[in-house]
Amino acid sequence: MGNITFVEHDGTEHAVEIEPGKSLMDLALDNGIPGIDADCGGECACGTCHVIVEGNGVSITGSASDAELQMLDLTPERADSSRLACQIVISDAMDGMIARLPEFQM
Amino acid sequence: MTKKCIIIGASHAAAQLTTSLRQGGWEGEILVIGDEPHLPYQRPPLSKAFLSGEKTAEDLVIRPATFYQKQDVQFRQDRVIEINREKQTVTLANGEELGYDKLALCMGSRVREINLPGCNLNGIHYLRNLADAESIKNNAAKDQHAVIVGGGYIGLETAASLRKLGMQVSVLEMEPRILKRVTAPEVSEFYHRLHTENGVQIINNISVSGFQGNSHVEKVVCADGSELPAHLVVIGVGVLPNTELAEASGLVVNNGIMVDEFCVTSDPNIVAAGDCTNKLSKIYDRRIRLESVPNATEQAKTAAASMCDSQKDFTTLPWFWSDQYELKLQIAGLSQGYDQIVVRGNRLTTQSFAVFYLKSGQLIAADCVNRPQEFLLSKKLIAENIAIPPEQLEDDSIPAKEILLRIAGKSGQLTFT
Ligand SMILES: Cc1cc2nc3c(=O)[nH]c(=O)nc-3n(C[C@H](O)[C@H](O)[C@H](O)COP(=O)(O)OP(=O)(O)OC[C@H]3O[C@@H](n4cnc5c(N)ncnc54)[C@H](O)[C@@H]3O)c2cc1C
Ligand code: FES
Repeated sequence: MGNITFVEHDGTEHAVEIEPGKSLMDLALDNGIPGIDADCGGECACGTCHVIVEGNGVSITGSASDAELQMLDLTPERADSSRLACQIVISDAMDGMIARLPEFQM
Repeated sequence: MTKKCIIIGASHAAAQLTTSLRQGGWEGEILVIGDEPHLPYQRPPLSKAFLSGEKTAEDLVIRPATFYQKQDVQFRQDRVIEINREKQTVTLANGEELGYDKLALCMGSRVREINLPGCNLNGIHYLRNLADAESIKNNAAKDQHAVIVGGGYIGLETAASLRKLGMQVSVLEMEPRILKRVTAPEVSEFYHRLHTENGVQIINNISVSGFQGNSHVEKVVCADGSELPAHLVVIGVGVLPNTELAEASGLVVNNGIMVDEFCVTSDPNIVAAGDCTNKLSKIYDRRIRLESVPNATEQAKTAAASMCDSQKDFTTLPWFWSDQYELKLQIAGLSQGYDQIVVRGNRLTTQSFAVFYLKSGQLIAADCVNRPQEFLLSKKLIAENIAIPPEQLEDDSIPAKEILLRIAGKSGQLTFT
């Protein structure tokens, strides 16, 4: 069983166990990670589950859909490897991934 | 002695409140009393992905039981029948009394019921709870007739989902157009056409006078004498806030439980959040009662801060969304009172456009169909009261992002040259 680490804006780290099949947003909620609001419950409608993936995350999380890219494009604190956590389905291969949280969600 | 917080209602507002209370440093007991046999779950998918079969009940759970255990949050399935503010107690259906130091009212809303001949026949449903959605789903049968009473968002989403399940669907709307209460005619027309193209029959200007059948509904009878075959009826004619308990306890209630900017009721030991509240919107400068998940979570965060003795107002611009077929509608703000409409994109030939609502030249709301960028732009323009000339909102050759970039970093009014 591997881990994904969420890093809050102030540097606080939360390593949580991977649960394949879940969305990264659900994993964050289920583990009470502060900084993921997920207002729309994963519908790609709110943009409040923004994370910046690092480490091996970039290559294995797949690419964002057009709707997701459009939301991200206008997200404050957007980075090259920004994603909406609700659109990432977790797999075992994500062991060691880092998901950095922006200071503010949308 | 440790303090005790009781939360009445176990849904979106309550789920956020428990989390925010612990994050805000509440160390005392937290007991959530809700009358549904579930941990808090997502309500919006009930008419969307759950009904159409893309999501299961398990998928809807907001946070798992283990999370609440870790946070030391207790749940109890029961119904509160009385609040005694003097004794600081709540009474459960079985008469048991529980004391509180702080009380949070997250009782939400319930469907408005209609009382017409035959309305108790089997096969006639409302849609508010998981139980409702499950029984609608169990009743749905391919090629059978479904009649939706009420052409609001929930009714239309239900129509789209039942259509996906292969039913023959009709929507009956009393007004001259669907969505009349919430959108401009341009948006109503678009959705009317969308549903028609997907094989849903929409009938405007029609009122239902009753239902007929033996034990199960067989037809819907309308005031003009027309009849529609129906194996399944879903009534969606709005909701009422659950305010009776609050009112009986002497709290100030007026179309929702009245709360101040920090979600505190007229009793300093009682907060309220979600569909059951009535709160001043600073952006619109009037009191409003909202029915949306973002409102429930923002108010819950605000209420939690108040319970932890800090004053923070997390509420922002109201916003909503609706999924019908493959289209995503995102709505920023409240359009009531608009005096001008500006449309960006072609709503007649494409499925991607935005309708902006202006009042005295200022943007107050936007309906964005498959236009996430216009949605995000509108949220900002409305919340920060930034004026953009209508010609620029209308001009689809200026990307929303560019407008946003032009105003980014600068505060307040901005003029374009
Ligand atoms: C089908 C459907 C689709 C929707 N779609 C959207 C959407 O797309 N986007 C959006 O933002 N919003 C949507 N909504 C609205 C959204 O679900 C509500 O705004 C939200 O659920 C409000 O949350 P709440 O916690 O305030 O109250 P509720 O969710 O209404 O929960 C209140 C709970 O309290 C319980 N309760 C009440 N009184 C008592 C008592 N005395 N004792 C014990 N328990 C009690 C109730 O049974 C209920 O479980 C939709 C709603 C429905 C029904
Ligand atoms: S949870 Fe709303 S966009 Fe991801």
